[in-house]
Amino acid sequence: MASPIPKSPEQSEKNRKYDRQLRLWNDHGQALLEGAHICLINANALGTEILKSLVLPGIGAFTIIDGNKVTEEDIGSNFFLDADSVGKSRAHVSTQFLLELNPDVRGDYIDEGPEQILNNSPDFFNNFNVVIACAILEKSLIILAKKLWELDIPLIVCKTIGFVGYIRVQVKEHTIIEMHPDNEIPDLRLNKPFELLKTYFDSIDLNNFDIRDHSHTPYVIILYKYLQQWLINYQDIPRTKIEKEQFKQMIIDGVRKDENGIPVDEENFKEAIKAVNICISHTSVSNSLKEVLNDNSCINLNSKSSSFWIIAKAIKDFMENEGDGLLPLKGALPDMIADTEKFISLQQVYHKQANTDIEAVWKRTLQLLRQLGKPSDSISEKDVKLFCRHASELCIQRGSSLANEYDAKLINTNEIAQSLENPESLMVYYVVLRGVEKFQAEYNAYPGEFDDHVEPDIVKLKACISKLLGEWGCAPLAKDDYVHEFCRFGGAELHSVSAMIGGLVAQETVKFITHQYKPINNTFIYDAVTCSGSTFIF
Amino acid sequence: MDSEYSHRKLSHLRKVLERSGPFCRPDFEPSSESLKFLMQTCKILVIGAGGLGCECLKNLSLMGFRQMHIIDMDIIDLSNLNRQFLFRHKDIGASKSETAAKFINDRIPGCNVIPHFCKIQDKNEDFYRQFHIIICGLDSIIARRWINGMLVSLLIYENGILDQSTVIPLVDGGTEGFKGNIRVVLPGLTACIECTLDLYPPQITYPLCTIANTPRLPEHCIEYVKVIQWPKENPFDCSIDGDDPQHINWIYEKSMERAVNFGIQGLTYRLVQGVVKNIIPAVASTNAVIASICCTEVFKLASSCSPSLNNYMIFTNTDGIYGYTYEAEKNINCLTCSQTIKEIEIKSIYIKLKDLIQLLCSKNDLQMKNPGITANISGKIKTLYIQSVPSIEEKTRQNLSKTLFDLGLRENSEIIVADVTTPNTIMLKIKLLKNS
Repeated sequence: MASPIPKSPEQSEKNRKYDRQLRLWNDHGQALLEGAHICLINANALGTEILKSLVLPGIGAFTIIDGNKVTEEDIGSNFFLDADSVGKSRAHVSTQFLLELNPDVRGDYIDEGPEQILNNSPDFFNNFNVVIACAILEKSLIILAKKLWELDIPLIVCKTIGFVGYIRVQVKEHTIIEMHPDNEIPDLRLNKPFELLKTYFDSIDLNNFDIRDHSHTPYVIILYKYLQQWLINYQDIPRTKIEKEQFKQMIIDGVRKDENGIPVDEENFKEAIKAVNICISHTSVSNSLKEVLNDNSCINLNSKSSSFWIIAKAIKDFMENEGDGLLPLKGALPDMIADTEKFISLQQVYHKQANTDIEAVWKRTLQLLRQLGKPSDSISEKDVKLFCRHASELCIQRGSSLANEYDAKLINTNEIAQSLENPESLMVYYVVLRGVEKFQAEYNAYPGEFDDHVEPDIVKLKACISKLLGEWGCAPLAKDDYVHEFCRFGGAELHSVSAMIGGLVAQETVKFITHQYKPINNTFIYDAVTCSGSTFIF
Repeated sequence: MDSEYSHRKLSHLRKVLERSGPFCRPDFEPSSESLKFLMQTCKILVIGAGGLGCECLKNLSLMGFRQMHIIDMDIIDLSNLNRQFLFRHKDIGASKSETAAKFINDRIPGCNVIPHFCKIQDKNEDFYRQFHIIICGLDSIIARRWINGMLVSLLIYENGILDQSTVIPLVDGGTEGFKGNIRVVLPGLTACIECTLDLYPPQITYPLCTIANTPRLPEHCIEYVKVIQWPKENPFDCSIDGDDPQHINWIYEKSMERAVNFGIQGLTYRLVQGVVKNIIPAVASTNAVIASICCTEVFKLASSCSPSLNNYMIFTNTDGIYGYTYEAEKNINCLTCSQTIKEIEIKSIYIKLKDLIQLLCSKNDLQMKNPGITANISGKIKTLYIQSVPSIEEKTRQNLSKTLFDLGLRENSEIIVADVTTPNTIMLKIKLLKNS
């Protein structure tokens, strides 16, 4: 048995434990997660399920705020309590059970409700990365939402009642670096080859190749060569469907023929034809990226500007100067039929230019840091490299204030009125949930919470909803079915519905913390009876 | 204990089970009997004690279910702990099903989870027949197909009419990264796993000539070491064990050597592990979403309180939250769940047996893995080829290059095929393609 020379890298325990998620958000995403501190208001079943999916992947720390004592009902729906917990602080017991999930995570709690904390220590929330509020009362919610809006800290409000779940995200400004698109469009620059690439392409003569080399030439080279031929007769690259078909025919005609004049099977040419639609286009900048580059935060940097905007500005400056209107090159070449030598040498051309572009953006970043009076090590070259690789994905989301949504004069009533006209729309659940909040404020209980109150509560909940719709200038609900359904639920928290919404909220939290993947904008409603979910913008 | 189902801690469940609502199934009768049934009678089998299985046990136990079985052949690994939340560091190396069952039974009083530390193939029809509903959280398509085949084989038809009491619903979940899917299968009634086999993407394979002669990607180098170099050098006198760090180290070093020789960049240890073990990215939150939807469906089926998911749902949460539901259609010619005689069309009776086997593996609606074939030839059952039993393989290997004609097969002959993807053999009638 040959004993191998031990040169494999040592895998840290942490790397092995988090392997399956590092393949999604990578080490830099994990580092952000481990540096994050989140706050959960109310450790009901939904709250602990959210924290479970954040403690397991190794969030840095959490703080639970909950003034409630554990009840029998809590134990029936919340996994992070046990039979002995009744009467104890819910914040305390759930913190202990959650910490058992992962020794890397720190957790603490305050056994007071958000009302007291907002009153007594108004600065309490200043240092969290994300605040999550479950089953919070309308009055406290509005105060909290205003505060976090000013602090620019993402707030996720969520609840489940019976089979219905609700998530609302409030974020003033959120920036995304890596979108992880399903289909990445390759950045090949065929219509505008950089000097290095042009020299490389021009050094190749397909006609001189023997059949082996000809059929092992990467399709990128084939496309370029036929594009040059095309441009002899045309002003522009093939754009219309007809032009593209003509262009494809040129490539088909270029396939080598055997002694009988029959085209041989050249798979690289087949790949080239398939790639025409995606690869032959003008390199353009997407609208969402334009939005970033033309944003006031990008154009007018100041001493408070975040790294995101500084690097975005460096990229913008690059584009307006040495980039000649183009983004820094991605530098990645998709796999294609080719022999090793031809593929690798082409790959290296792209790779080399990508490094040159990174270098240029890095220099511009340092220059901006100097101008802003910031230390030169506040942004690393690694950050710049990541930005350049994902430059086409950069994205900014600007949300809306919850306090405005709760102001009858400011809420987007058009969206509500229009959606309610569609009998399939889940907007009706939004309206009923808002009605339930009014009901709670007035009667200090959920509609239908007590068995002998179901019938009278239907009338009361209907009145709450009618009042709201009146304030919004909307017509009353067409059917009472939804009101009946919520009185049937009686505020019940079904564990599997909370676990589902909990998983979704954890996903959104990870998106906010890592700046990877795109969070919802801004409200999600789920009906577990029909298994349907919808996103609304308020 | 007798009155546990009327206990206050279950009041959440009692509200939806003891009160009627406008969106309930028409046959739903609200009463305390529903919860009593869930707690005392309804028997659920959870297949897989991994990311989805752990979530399912927790969800089901808090949705009122008490009589559960869990089956899993695996032991706990460090890389499970980022999502399989019933396991702790001290449990590494222990049985997943046993550890998960103990955790739930300790946490939820009255819960009776029975673990099975074995393969699903180790259990017979009598075992599977005892359950009311089966919930499946597997990462293996073969195992999914096997349990699907098992549940279809439990169906009883009388005069061509399905005895509905023999239908055991299958609720199946799967995840990958921030994506996942859920489906509800009523065997014999709605689309089964085999009806929609094309929903599973084909596995990525690299052509042998690429990995041997013209590697371009680090993956090509790893595949080369895995497929060619390992069997040749046999460094540890055994086949590759993806969980053995020594094995991964060896493959990493050899792949690295090859990558350097060819000037290929980007080969990392993580990539080597991913390719060798075919790792699918997995995260706690997505498992929570998918498993909880599965369990809500089990709750609906068991209590009839709401209509079921009809019948397939996909979640893609990379860009916002996007869920999509649609009805996968039953395939009237499904090899597994249709009542028709199945046929296999071949070009000519003079193709070789190995070509027939190749066809069984590559046909979109069959996708078999290691088919073994016997045939009824003039009244006698004759074994033509069986790969899975070495002694028979050796004896029947010579048949591979014989033509079907020489083996005694004709048009309309019946072959009996066994495969890892199905618990029962499948009878196929040979048909010749008309135009050839």
